[in-house]
Amino acid sequence: MSGKDRINIFPSRMAMTIMKARLKGAQKGHSLLKKKADALTIRFRIILKKIIETKQLMGDVMKEASFSLAEAKFATGDFSHLVLQNVNKAQIKVRSKKDNVAGVTLPIFESYTDGSDSYELAGLSRGGQQIDKLKKNYAKAVELLVDLASLQTSFVTLDEVIKITNRRVNAIEHVIIPKIERTLSYITTELDEREREEFFRLKKIQNKKKKDKKVKEEMQKELGIQESGADGQRNLLEDDHDEDLLFTS
Amino acid sequence: MAHLGIKGKLLAVIGDEDTCTGFLLGGVGELNKHRHPNFLVVSKNTPVSEIEDSFKAFLSRTDIAIILINQHIAELIRHQLDAHVKPTPAVLEIPSKDHPYDASKDSILLRAKGMFSADDFK
Repeated sequence: MSGKDRINIFPSRMAMTIMKARLKGAQKGHSLLKKKADALTIRFRIILKKIIETKQLMGDVMKEASFSLAEAKFATGDFSHLVLQNVNKAQIKVRSKKDNVAGVTLPIFESYTDGSDSYELAGLSRGGQQIDKLKKNYAKAVELLVDLASLQTSFVTLDEVIKITNRRVNAIEHVIIPKIERTLSYITTELDEREREEFFRLKKIQNKKKKDKKVKEEMQKELGIQESGADGQRNLLEDDHDEDLLFTS
Repeated sequence: MAHLGIKGKLLAVIGDEDTCTGFLLGGVGELNKHRHPNFLVVSKNTPVSEIEDSFKAFLSRTDIAIILINQHIAELIRHQLDAHVKPTPAVLEIPSKDHPYDASKDSILLRAKGMFSADDFK
C-alpha cells in the first residue's frame, strides 16, 4: 500500500518542490484546524455546563409556575377554556441575534414583549392577584426557556461543527499528510535512481570512448608504419593549386 | 431597535391543558392568518398521530423558533424528536404538573452524555 497510495505525479525536482509546499500547507492547516477544534470544544463545554444548570433551574421555575396556576384555579375557578379560546396575538416574541465563535455563527434568542396583554380582564371578578402572579411566573419561565433554547441551539450547532472539524483534522493527519509524504519519498527514490543511472551512463560512455581511442591509436600506429605519413590528407602549404569554391562558373 | 429587520418569531407549545393555559397567560399564544394556533392541548384522548402531525407542522413553520413540549408527551413521539437534528427550531422538553423533569430522558442531554463524564451532570 505504501508504494501505491500516492498522488499521481511525474517525479521531477519541480514536482518535489510543489509537494514540499503542499506538505507544509497541510501541516499548517492541520495545526489551525486543531486550534479551531480546541476553541470550539472549550465553548462547547461552557455551554453544556450552562445547559445543565439552566435545566435544573427550569425545574424549579416550572414548579413554581404550576403552583401559582393551581392557586389561581382555586381562587378563580377553571378559566383554562376562557384562556384557550381567546388566543389572538402573541405578546412575547423571540428575535435572534448571531454570535460568532471561531467562524461558526451561533443563533442567540432574545425574548421581547410586543403588543398588549390579551388577558387583561381575566380574573376581574375574583382571583385577580393570583392570576397576576401566575402571569408573572409564566413570563419568567418563558424568559428562562428562551435562554435555554438559545443555549440548546448553540449546543446542537457546535456539536455538528466540532464533529466536522475533528473529521477534517483526522483526515489531514491520517490521510493527506501520509499521502504527500509517500509521494515525496517516491520522488526522492526516483530521482536517486535516475542520478545513479546517469552516473552509470557517463561511466559507460567514458569507457567506450577510451576503448575507441585505443583502437584508433593502434590502427593509426599500424597505418603509420605502412604509409609513413603519406596519408590521404592534403597539405595546404604544399599544394599550389587550390580550387576556388565560389567563383567558378 | 437594531433588529427591526428580523421579524419576531414565536414560541410553540405542545402540552397538557395546564401547561398550555399557563404559557398562554404568559403571552405566547397566537393565531396566524389561517387561524392555526401555535399550541396544541394534549388530553388523555388525543391520538399520538395528531401530536405527531402538529409537531411536524410546527417544525415546518418558519415563524416558530422554539417548540416547548411536555416531557411525557415528548416520550410519545421520541423518535421524531431524535430525528430532528437541525438547530432551528429548538425543541425544549419541559416538565409538566404531574410529571417531574427527568434529565436522563432528554434527547439533547443524551447526546451530550457520550462526550462527558457522569459527574458533569450533578
